[in-house]
Amino acid sequence: MSIAPRKPPLQFALRLKRALGGKTGWNGLAAQIAFAAILAWIAYEIVANARTNLETQHIASGFGFLNYNAGFDVNLSLIAYNNSDTYWRVFFVGLLNTILVSVIGIVFATVIGFVVALCRLSPNWLLSRIGGIYVEIIRNLPVLFQILFWYLAVLAALPAPRQSISIFGMFFLNNRGLIVPQPVSEPGLYPFLAALAVGIVAALGLRHYARRALFQRGQMIRIWPYVLVGLVGLPLVSVLIFGGPLKFELPQLKGFNFAGGARIIPEFVALTVALSTYTAAFIAEIVRAGVMSVHKGQMEAGSSLGLSRAATLRLIVVPQAMRVIVPPLTSQYLNLTKNSSLAVAIGYPDLVSVFAGTAVSQTGQAIEIIAMTMGVYLLLSLTTSALMSVYGWRINRSMAA
Amino acid sequence: MKRVSLAVILAAAAALSVQSASAQTLKTVKDRGQLSCGVSQGLPGFSSPDDKGNWTGIDVDVCRAIAAVVLDDPTKVKFVPLSAKDRFTALQSGEIDVLSRNTTWTVSRDTSLGANFTGVTYYDGQGFMVKKSLKVNSALELNSASVCVQTGTTTEQNLADFFKGNNMKYEVIAFGSIDEAVKAYESGRCDVFTDDASGLYASRLKLANPADHIVLPEIISKEPLGPMVRHGDDQWFDIVKWTLFAMINAEELGITQKNVDTMLKSDKPEMKRVLGTDGNLGEQLGLTKDWVVRIVKAVGNYGEAFERNVGTGSPLGIARGVNNLWNKGGIQYAPPIR
Repeated sequence: MSIAPRKPPLQFALRLKRALGGKTGWNGLAAQIAFAAILAWIAYEIVANARTNLETQHIASGFGFLNYNAGFDVNLSLIAYNNSDTYWRVFFVGLLNTILVSVIGIVFATVIGFVVALCRLSPNWLLSRIGGIYVEIIRNLPVLFQILFWYLAVLAALPAPRQSISIFGMFFLNNRGLIVPQPVSEPGLYPFLAALAVGIVAALGLRHYARRALFQRGQMIRIWPYVLVGLVGLPLVSVLIFGGPLKFELPQLKGFNFAGGARIIPEFVALTVALSTYTAAFIAEIVRAGVMSVHKGQMEAGSSLGLSRAATLRLIVVPQAMRVIVPPLTSQYLNLTKNSSLAVAIGYPDLVSVFAGTAVSQTGQAIEIIAMTMGVYLLLSLTTSALMSVYGWRINRSMAA
Repeated sequence: MKRVSLAVILAAAAALSVQSASAQTLKTVKDRGQLSCGVSQGLPGFSSPDDKGNWTGIDVDVCRAIAAVVLDDPTKVKFVPLSAKDRFTALQSGEIDVLSRNTTWTVSRDTSLGANFTGVTYYDGQGFMVKKSLKVNSALELNSASVCVQTGTTTEQNLADFFKGNNMKYEVIAFGSIDEAVKAYESGRCDVFTDDASGLYASRLKLANPADHIVLPEIISKEPLGPMVRHGDDQWFDIVKWTLFAMINAEELGITQKNVDTMLKSDKPEMKRVLGTDGNLGEQLGLTKDWVVRIVKAVGNYGEAFERNVGTGSPLGIARGVNNLWNKGGIQYAPPIR
């Protein structure tokens, strides 16, 4: 026979007091209300003052300008853009360029950072020294200097378009960037993609089946020949029946530059390389700290089970280290995103350059534009933090399980 | 990053400053004992510091002339170098008293920025510079070219209009400062560098081999460059406006830095009026009777300032052209001092 636990009487007022005033009770609550009121008053004064000043000086205000024509061009845009589009569109062009360089920079920075950290932790003397030198040199030079170095010293030294370095007559490298053949879709594209999708789904299903067989019955099933057939064979059959999925438009020298083909501009390359190598130096140290935080006994236990060093790292050490790595890693990702605003120095059209730069000077509406730009960086940073928190939470959960 | 933070600070200052636009600029400048003047970050002939840190140029001379009439000392000027995109915010926020920074007078700038143009220091137009080795003789041959430009200027919009109007394709690479744009042009990143024609001649001097570059004959826009002041202070607007007009009138009357003292003894009524030996026109402006004398003693008349800074007496060697006086074949014309 069990006795139901006695519930404390519901005291609504008490609970409210706890929630709002903490331990100090109603006095604390009053102090909080007063503090909030002062903050609100300061905010109101700032807004009201700015509004009056703008009106007395006849400076245009409000967000109406976003619907006006921008009237200038941007040399890299992920969405269709020309000079008769609106400032709204300029905003999104800049935003997407910022996101593009941040995302690609984060991916490269993470990969390089992990590789450098593992080099530095390696028992091989040469590798660990190379890792150490990389970190010490890159980490201690200002990032703007590194961006300018890549742009003005490395990429500007490439030849002019008419003397391009040609790779098989298809890729051309010059001081205007890397020009690659542009893929143009053919009728065979959709069957090809469908066949590839079927192959991928089949391969994932097989993997799931094989893992279950391994964990539940201890049975090893060799699946790679089937996976190969699914991933390569099926699309190949589709090509034979429906024809090739893509045709490549080759770049050709015409006038000053190459016509046809797609181009990766040097400003993008310089910015991405500089930001990712710079951030990688910090990430390497974070990863090293994370790995060192895992007890040495774990490594020894791995070896005593007969696992190779690589397998021990991959299966035992790194997953535990991730718990320590993720929080500081997040702040490095945020740093990289914010540092991307240095783009203006080398003419990469990011949000700060085209929107908080050109648009401010064309419209003169600094307050609105700077506020929007700050809002965007805040949003990007909070989103990155949120994603990384979810990831960290999942790691913690799997560790606990 | 530095630019962004500057813009943020200026925006915040604009938001917080209490009634900075009231008609107090003259008093503020006198109390401070120094004129704060926004100039470029270094454009030879217009505003650039020499190796000793002294600023020279025609835009700089306008600032010195204002300091001369207000403070009786052309050296009491604090020059604030500004990038193209920071210049208006600096004026709006009250960081500078006058913006004299090769700025093109347009209707949108005259209205929505909360500032007014006071006159035209230099009539300019946008042009293109290319390497001689490209063998290009006209801007209409620039289809598919890569063009370097300074961001935040009318140049950027004119460029878009010109290429669109002529059905030509181009790639624009916009840099934060003129030096970065010129460096990219020199390194071969761009085929073309575009700027106001005067700016092209000035930038060409900075290149390793100026003779390897030519300025194409086409001028694709009107770029009247002049000083700007904040809205809401008519007295200050008048002072800046009439300082430039006085320089032009002095040239028209043949008053020069050398002969101004002898001219003071002249008994021609017009001369007496302008030089303040008769009447009180200067006091009506809130200045002193000898305001024109101060200007001419400080920087000379308009023609002298032009020749010394951008004209044939300077490394730029630009001909007077449209910037000559209206009675000598140009369009520089100032309302009379009477």
